[in-house]
Amino acid sequence: MNAIKSLDDLKKIREAALEKRKISETSGASQVIIGMGTCGIAAGARDTMKSVLEYIETNNLENVVVTQTGCIGLCEQEPILQVVLAGQEKVTYGKVNAEVAKQIMKEHVREGKVVTDRVIAL
Amino acid sequence: MKEISLHILDIAENSVNADAKRIEITVIEHIKKDKLSILIKDDGRGMDSATVQRVSDPFVTSRTTRKVGLGIPFLKAAAEACQGGLEIRSQPGRGTEIEVTFQHSHIDRMPLGDLQATFLQLLIGYPHVHWVFKYQMDERKFCLDDAEIKQALDDVPLSDPAVIHFLRQLISNGFEQVTGKH
Repeated sequence: MNAIKSLDDLKKIREAALEKRKISETSGASQVIIGMGTCGIAAGARDTMKSVLEYIETNNLENVVVTQTGCIGLCEQEPILQVVLAGQEKVTYGKVNAEVAKQIMKEHVREGKVVTDRVIAL
Repeated sequence: MKEISLHILDIAENSVNADAKRIEITVIEHIKKDKLSILIKDDGRGMDSATVQRVSDPFVTSRTTRKVGLGIPFLKAAAEACQGGLEIRSQPGRGTEIEVTFQHSHIDRMPLGDLQATFLQLLIGYPHVHWVFKYQMDERKFCLDDAEIKQALDDVPLSDPAVIHFLRQLISNGFEQVTGKH
């Protein structure tokens, strides 16, 4: 593997991403947060995150920031996934396996419709 | 947890919660020496010796949301069952180093699992941390230091689809070179 070539690739990715961002500037970024404490990991949170990243990659979904967080004190509901769309309240989902994660990515993050039967009250 | 790579994700999570700025994870498969070793090193807030001594006790945790921490005791028990062990070296204000070893060929040793997924997710999920990942099998090594990547990307998020694709390829190519598998 050629390291210099890799960095050039990244610069190209950066230029392309910045170009696209100019177009979608007004919509703002969505945030997806996945609980990755011991409880989350034991409940399968890594597969949940894997599924989220695969969805973004396969569907070329721009403007989504994915981050992890520790235990939020709702271990029995893990894996937990939270979605924050620009200018909206945070929505918390419980028992989010890889399949449900895909559904949330499609219906909530992409189409803006909350997946109500998976929402948990905080 | 059924995979060593899940335990690594868990221990790294502790480092993040200890406000580490730089976290280095080294996984070495010494096939010739029949040893599997994992080293997780951070520059977080560290622990005093009393805390280090108590940390492998299931009833100690620094978190406030729940009173019981189970990550380290589980991993320690698993390592000790495989002719290995878990050692913690830490100093308040200096950081923590956790070294875990297993007899590589031990029948009870859990599989390494999807280490690539663990690396990729830590890299993307905690963008403010400077990550250094090392994976080695006997003499063949792969090292990923994310400093150059983040510099090249500047303010483009790591969860941009093209960036995820790039990182996944980078890690998978590195692992292929180490394991010789395609």
